[in-house]
Amino acid sequence: MSDMEENEGGAEKVKRLMIVNRKAPYGTIYALESLEVVLIGAAFDQDVSLVFVDDGVYQLKKGQQTKDIGQKNFSPTYRALEGYDVEKLYVEQESLEVRGLATDDLLVPVEVLPSAKLGALMEEQDVVLSF
Amino acid sequence: MAVLHTTNKSPLQTRDLESCLRLARPGCGILLMEDAIYGALKGTAAATKLAEAAKDKQLYVLGPDLAARGFTAEQVVPGVKVVDYGGFVDLAVEYHHVQAWV
Repeated sequence: MSDMEENEGGAEKVKRLMIVNRKAPYGTIYALESLEVVLIGAAFDQDVSLVFVDDGVYQLKKGQQTKDIGQKNFSPTYRALEGYDVEKLYVEQESLEVRGLATDDLLVPVEVLPSAKLGALMEEQDVVLSF
Repeated sequence: MAVLHTTNKSPLQTRDLESCLRLARPGCGILLMEDAIYGALKGTAAATKLAEAAKDKQLYVLGPDLAARGFTAEQVVPGVKVVDYGGFVDLAVEYHHVQAWV
């Protein structure tokens, strides 16, 4: 597939862009950087989906209070994604379970998928970026 | 000479905590900070290993790092003491030296 594939109207094809989050927030900069890319993808009207696997599921944990570590609490941004038409949020079921978490512990509604289904979804993407 | 060990990586992503627990001596202290706090939470695989370590070692977790990640002291494995930054400084003074498992 070429990088600049065009549809019949001459406009650039909307790409399916998946952002895969596998890191916990705050300990490293990955989670915050991922959010930046998500918002950029949405600004360019791409078909963006977010995936949370492994420690990435901790990014969505409710009740984050970062005042005492001197870092910005960026978790409310996940709730604002809907306003940017980013509504495809997927969480791997196995990652949640091994961490003793349930969807009630998460700050946004997500679709929980077993790894086999998530893997199939990854295969359907045009671009997958990992954080 | 009792040592204060610190670890700052998620035990679900690295083996740093396991190495620390394997090599830390009885009577020492182990402080879980930054992403290592996930290891101090109930209901994870690391919790079982921590409970074992708590028999002859003093375990600590840094409170501000717990709060930042959306967890409270109630969700910490029994036997692990929650400390603040002042408490961390006290521990660094109290133990002979600090060994970081980065």
